[in-house]
Amino acid sequence: MAEKYIDGYPEYMHKLIQKVHQTRAKRKDFVPKALTPEGREDVLQFHPDYAKGGKRNLMVGLNKGDIVPDEIANLLEAYPLIEKGDIDLSKADYSPEILIIGGGLAGTSAAIWANEMGVKAENILLTNKLRHGDANSIMAEGGTQAADREPDSPAKHFIDTIGGGHFTNKPDVVRALVTDAPIIMDWLCELGAMLDREENGEFTEKWGGGTSVRRMHSCKDYTGLEELRVLKDEFTNRLIPSIEHFPVIELLTDGNKVTGAVLWNLETGEYKIVKSKAVIMATGGFGRLHIRGFPTTNHYGATYDGVVLAYRAGAKLIDADTVQYHPTGAAYPVQIIGFLLTEKLRATGAQPVNKDGEAFVFPLEPRDVEASAIIKECYVRENGVITPTGLRGVWLDTPLIDLKNGEGFIDKSFPGIKRMYERFGIDIRKNPVLIFPTLHYQNGGIEIDPWSHTSLEGLYAAGEVAGGIHGKNRLMGNSTLGTMVFGRRAGIDAAKFVQTQKSWGKLTLDHLDVYVQMLKAANIKPERRAPIILPEYRGKAALARMIDVF
Amino acid sequence: MSNEKSVMERIAEANKPVTAGVDEKDIKHWVTIRIMGKAYRVPSDLTILTAMEFAGYRFVRGVGCRQGFCGACGTVYRKEGEYKLKTGLACQTRVEDGMYLVQIPFSPAQKAIYDIKKERYNVSTILKYYPEVAKCVSCNTCTKACPQDIEVMDYVQAALRGNYEKVAETSFDCIRCGLCAMRCPAEIVQYDIGQLGRRMYGRYGMDKPDHLKIRLKELEEKKFDPELDKLEKATKEELVKFYAAREREKD
Ligand SMILES: Cc1cc2nc3c(=O)[nH]c(=O)nc-3n(C[C@H](O)[C@H](O)[C@H](O)COP(=O)(O)OP(=O)(O)OC[C@H]3O[C@@H](n4cnc5c(N)ncnc54)[C@H](O)[C@@H]3O)c2cc1C
Ligand code: SF4
Ligand code: SF4
Ligand code: FES
Repeated sequence: MAEKYIDGYPEYMHKLIQKVHQTRAKRKDFVPKALTPEGREDVLQFHPDYAKGGKRNLMVGLNKGDIVPDEIANLLEAYPLIEKGDIDLSKADYSPEILIIGGGLAGTSAAIWANEMGVKAENILLTNKLRHGDANSIMAEGGTQAADREPDSPAKHFIDTIGGGHFTNKPDVVRALVTDAPIIMDWLCELGAMLDREENGEFTEKWGGGTSVRRMHSCKDYTGLEELRVLKDEFTNRLIPSIEHFPVIELLTDGNKVTGAVLWNLETGEYKIVKSKAVIMATGGFGRLHIRGFPTTNHYGATYDGVVLAYRAGAKLIDADTVQYHPTGAAYPVQIIGFLLTEKLRATGAQPVNKDGEAFVFPLEPRDVEASAIIKECYVRENGVITPTGLRGVWLDTPLIDLKNGEGFIDKSFPGIKRMYERFGIDIRKNPVLIFPTLHYQNGGIEIDPWSHTSLEGLYAAGEVAGGIHGKNRLMGNSTLGTMVFGRRAGIDAAKFVQTQKSWGKLTLDHLDVYVQMLKAANIKPERRAPIILPEYRGKAALARMIDVF
Repeated sequence: MSNEKSVMERIAEANKPVTAGVDEKDIKHWVTIRIMGKAYRVPSDLTILTAMEFAGYRFVRGVGCRQGFCGACGTVYRKEGEYKLKTGLACQTRVEDGMYLVQIPFSPAQKAIYDIKKERYNVSTILKYYPEVAKCVSCNTCTKACPQDIEVMDYVQAALRGNYEKVAETSFDCIRCGLCAMRCPAEIVQYDIGQLGRRMYGRYGMDKPDHLKIRLKELEEKKFDPELDKLEKATKEELVKFYAAREREKD
């Protein structure tokens, strides 16, 4: 019944792999040159951000007129899940001083630092859509940037970051990012995170795309896992309350200031009311919106909720128009389509190669350029490999890594990726893997200042949900860094802020009235509701026959 | 120019099975699996996770990252005609014909509460918080259960000897799925022991690099402020110039 497989690949793909083997020795010392600025410009027309269609002007809210992807406009121009009369706001179920929404690296850092600054554990509340730690943070493979040795400096880190972001980042926010980076590294050491070391005891610091100095710190290829599990352990030791499977579905305001939130029990459907003096939004990214139909590297709950809620309450957004596609997502086998293959693979020697065994692009172009070149190779030059499910991709020649760095290098540096492929019978040390760009990162978001304030009183934002840090394009390793820098700053600042607030504010949904009025005035029909909380992947046949009984 | 849009459309089309769920008409090979005993016919190339979704389950538990990093999707299964109980991650295990399965999305364990800054770097710390580690009967069931191929028993034994480095290195790939603990006859919670071991080793066994200490002191002395003041106020044109003039560190 099944086709014949060799080394995890169907026979016809296995045959094509031979061409990659044949050209490897030649390619080892011959790497294609980086593109000229004109060459970059030319290939970028195939980038999903620049290719025609897929975007429109926002019709409502503070950023009205801004161009954003359709999938984002669909959520920002959607009606709320609840209406005023549905909810009893007369009594709060929880009354912390600080409510933190989302327990990735950003939210967990904020909680620990608020506590460190004197807010009692019982006066903090962290709420999670899924489990505490089911987040994009846990998947970061590559590393975290920090300029903590010579010849590096915060200034070099600043210039790399702002150039990578096409000079659109907020300079004061970038300054906070780079000057706090060594402090974050020190903090991680104090907490016992196992950052990779060289024989001489220095941090292992590697290259990342777009940096002029080696400053990528890692914990094997499980950097985010190590960072988050350490922070979560510390969080738990401090006895800070955390509730799980309880997403926030709306913010509460007194008409202006943010004063609390409505939580929803994902399992029972019951709602709970929280009043708090400050709210820290740390809900992460938006990969599960599958912008332009791309697969994603993101976790199950990455659905843009935080931005939708903050925008409705009146917070300003920034850089909501750009999306980061990672050039190297898995394209085969079907079980792992879209999963991330870290940039570190290319930084240590792996090359993108087409179906004829040719290296067609410099392996370390900025992400947008690299991704565009791969799309072009597959769909315009028609040099891709077509998978049994009809996807196209090019090879990433992973065996080159051991060839360049010595046998055993993959075992030591990429245990996670090696294991992922082994589960499907593929040995990345022996054979290349098939790749295609995948939706990776939300560059922009809720605009923040250097202390994580949003434009709304009482509301902070930190992590991937926040915008301004990376401008129109983020560099590898700056995101995990940003989550901890601005999570920490949000926690510290909120701790001070709540001391100035004698009592809790009024709880209302008045901001929804205003927003719904705007939607109606723009002639938007109540067809869509947001936040969506989770994506829909159920089988069509099963869905077509479902009946709501209870 | 005219084929630009079609490239995006073709990409979206090719990715539909992943972004919007599998369509029945595209399926070539089917298998039958039993989810908590109930039989469902599902496409053969799905994982347990995506096969359950295909069958109509909408997950609110037992799933997180969908990529083998978070440990939310631990699953126990048996294949028809086999007596062996197997374990795996639902998001990383391909369905097989005749599989009986149930997810174990939660393991009722109680993590010890400690202050890492105050603990002593010797065996007494592990024994104080996790005395049950001494009850390990060396049955190796935990190692067999681990979807990350970790030598779990080895790190439990290393913990008993107070060898933090070995605990940390051996348990490093742990994603806290809980499957080892659910199978352990001695009721040991291996992953919490591994966590304590790694933090102890990371804090006390790995020295802080000197270059980091120097950099922190420089920051305290505000050594970089003049340069950063200048950059923060620079115009875009100046920044473009600085960016172009960057010197690349030698490999
Ligand atoms: C596969 C992968 C690899 C990466 N590699 C790197 C890397 O090497 N280096 C780097 O710097 N960056 C990397 N990144 C990016 C980086 O990991 C993330 O951007 C960052 O960790 C986000 O952290 P966060 O705390 O903002 O959000 P998350 O870690 O995503 O946490 C947000 C949390 O909020 C919860 N949440 C969402 N909505 C709600 C709601 N309505 N109510 C309550 N809770 C909610 C989510 O469930 C989640 O738990 C990678 C990302 C991915 C996906
Ligand atoms: S050691 Fe235990 S908790 Fe950790 S990955 Fe293995 S089975 Fe899961
Ligand atoms: S399962 Fe329990 S008793 Fe058996 S080896 Fe592992 S830790 Fe020891
Ligand atoms: S869903 Fe995270 S490991 Fe399977």
